[in-house]
Amino acid sequence: MAKYLLKRIFYLLLTLFIVITVTFFLMKLLPGTPLQNQQKLSPAQQHLILKQYGLTKPVWQQYLIYVGGVFQGNFGTSFQFSDQPVSYLISSRIGPSLLLGIQAMILGVIPGILVGALGAIKKNTWVDTTTTIVSILGISIPSFVLAVLLQYFVGLKLHLLPIADWGGFAYTVLPTIALAASPFADTARFTRTEMVDVLNSDYIELATAKGLSKWGVIYHHALRNSLIPVVTIIGPLAVNIMTGSMVIENIFSIPGIGEQFVKSILTNDYPTIMAVTIVYSVMLMVVLLITDIVYGIIDPRIRISGKSN
Amino acid sequence: MADEVKLPADSFEPLDKSKHLDSEKIAAPNLTFMQDAWRRLKKNKSAIVAMIILIIFFVLAFGSAFFSPHNPNAVNPQFANLPPKWPGININGINGTLVQAGSRVNAYQAAGAGAGVHYWLGTDYLGRDMLSRILFGTRISLTVAIVATAVDLLIGVTFGLFSGWKGGWVDNFMQRVIEIIMSIPTLVVVVLLILILKPGMMSITLAIAFSSWTTMARLIRAQTLELKEQEYVLAAKTLGESSIKVAFKHLLPNLSSIIIIQTMFTIPSAIFFEAFLSFVGIGISAPQASLGTLLNDGQKNFQFLPYQMWYPAIVLSLIMIAFNIFADGLRDAFDPQTKE
Repeated sequence: MAKYLLKRIFYLLLTLFIVITVTFFLMKLLPGTPLQNQQKLSPAQQHLILKQYGLTKPVWQQYLIYVGGVFQGNFGTSFQFSDQPVSYLISSRIGPSLLLGIQAMILGVIPGILVGALGAIKKNTWVDTTTTIVSILGISIPSFVLAVLLQYFVGLKLHLLPIADWGGFAYTVLPTIALAASPFADTARFTRTEMVDVLNSDYIELATAKGLSKWGVIYHHALRNSLIPVVTIIGPLAVNIMTGSMVIENIFSIPGIGEQFVKSILTNDYPTIMAVTIVYSVMLMVVLLITDIVYGIIDPRIRISGKSN
Repeated sequence: MADEVKLPADSFEPLDKSKHLDSEKIAAPNLTFMQDAWRRLKKNKSAIVAMIILIIFFVLAFGSAFFSPHNPNAVNPQFANLPPKWPGININGINGTLVQAGSRVNAYQAAGAGAGVHYWLGTDYLGRDMLSRILFGTRISLTVAIVATAVDLLIGVTFGLFSGWKGGWVDNFMQRVIEIIMSIPTLVVVVLLILILKPGMMSITLAIAFSSWTTMARLIRAQTLELKEQEYVLAAKTLGESSIKVAFKHLLPNLSSIIIIQTMFTIPSAIFFEAFLSFVGIGISAPQASLGTLLNDGQKNFQFLPYQMWYPAIVLSLIMIAFNIFADGLRDAFDPQTKE
């Protein structure tokens, strides 16, 4: 296990390094400087500003400084907000994003598992059909459409919850629902398929034959065994939520990193774009690592057969 | 004298043997792989309905290149923000009236439009016909999605086949590359690529294609690893077939069901990405329209002119739902084992 963990962490660092390198050089390919009103500035002033951003050095030096900085949590200075370190921009905005992401994950996965399991238990009845329709809708309707509809009906027409902005818990409800819809549908579909497989297996038949009650079989044998593979989709769900957060935070005016990312793209704020890319990649890699470890712990069959690939 | 039994001469004719042979035979007509899949798909009613909906959308969207009610880009400020009006029908919502400051007003009269003027789905803030714009936008969305999926398919299948077929360190290296790409959220890759390629239809298509081929490559590789151990591949190799020929003649046909299923799942996700990017503002640029830009425009006026967002939203959702249901149906049709 320790050896496996070390290997994974080594790959994680290697991947991180590649991500940093690739994004750095991609950004260097793009035209664009921190200079605003370039026509009005004299060459000396321009040089001074560029020097302040460290852009007068040769590219390889800039690269080394950047990589060194990233590992110390320094992502450079934002082009858009003068004198604002990018690390400050991100650290002050990551809270709302994490909160929303975790809430959406919980709201998506737990009901998803229950609904998926219910669909499998009541296979080929109206319950199954309803849950299938709901999950198809959840997968198909884009989160941003759902978000606007929620704003319109729940916020504007019914006055139940705030339409946008960021305050207490009430402000998180609508964005969380909008973000959670697609993970919910994914989980429900996946759980249903797994559960149908498990319910057809021999050990379920044996448990039933030995006289266990229906719900005893479902809870102790079927649900537990079908939950193991569900762990594997946590990674893709995290991607899903990160993607969604960029537009959901925008629609609901939430001061998170997704909203910052979109803003930075529209204003060509390269240091911030790079930093958010790295932050997103780290988050995803950590989630993938944790799910792999958890998967190994809860499913002994995988530990034995060796986990590489 | 024994009784003579008179038998007609034709009783001694030998019977037609082929008929008897046939009566013993129990066989359905031989079906090709595609016919077999189609036979199963036909039984799945929802998949067929989804397919018909998709065909209708395709015909309308691509047909609108030749006949559309109005020019989708023709600006007509006099008729800006007119609600939907269907000729001869007087139901609120499609009779050209809308609620303004608490009372229902006839927007067409207010705009000074004659009795003959009617926009089926209304007009947008520049007076452009919504129906034409939706058809035009659907066409662009579908084009982007399909071209992106085709490129994705090409890269993914080639990469997966090569990786699985070569094995060894080549495979190992190629898998690490995929793992690295997969550990960056797809949307971030798409955004970075669009920034480099400059926003536009071409760059969106390429960006979506370059960032979403990894799933296909992984599936193809896993299947190739299995297939290359099969006897028919060994036979082909023994008979001296080149690797490329084996790949095209033996591996690809056996991979076709996976490829078709995965493609059908990639198209809706490409549609989603395009709509997403255009909605955020880094996608298709004006005056071109896609479902995403229409939604973005509509969202700004949603409170007062909800129809500007409703119709693109309905079209986008319907296409996504139909694609997903159809893909599910195809998966069941091509791969009966997975279906319980």
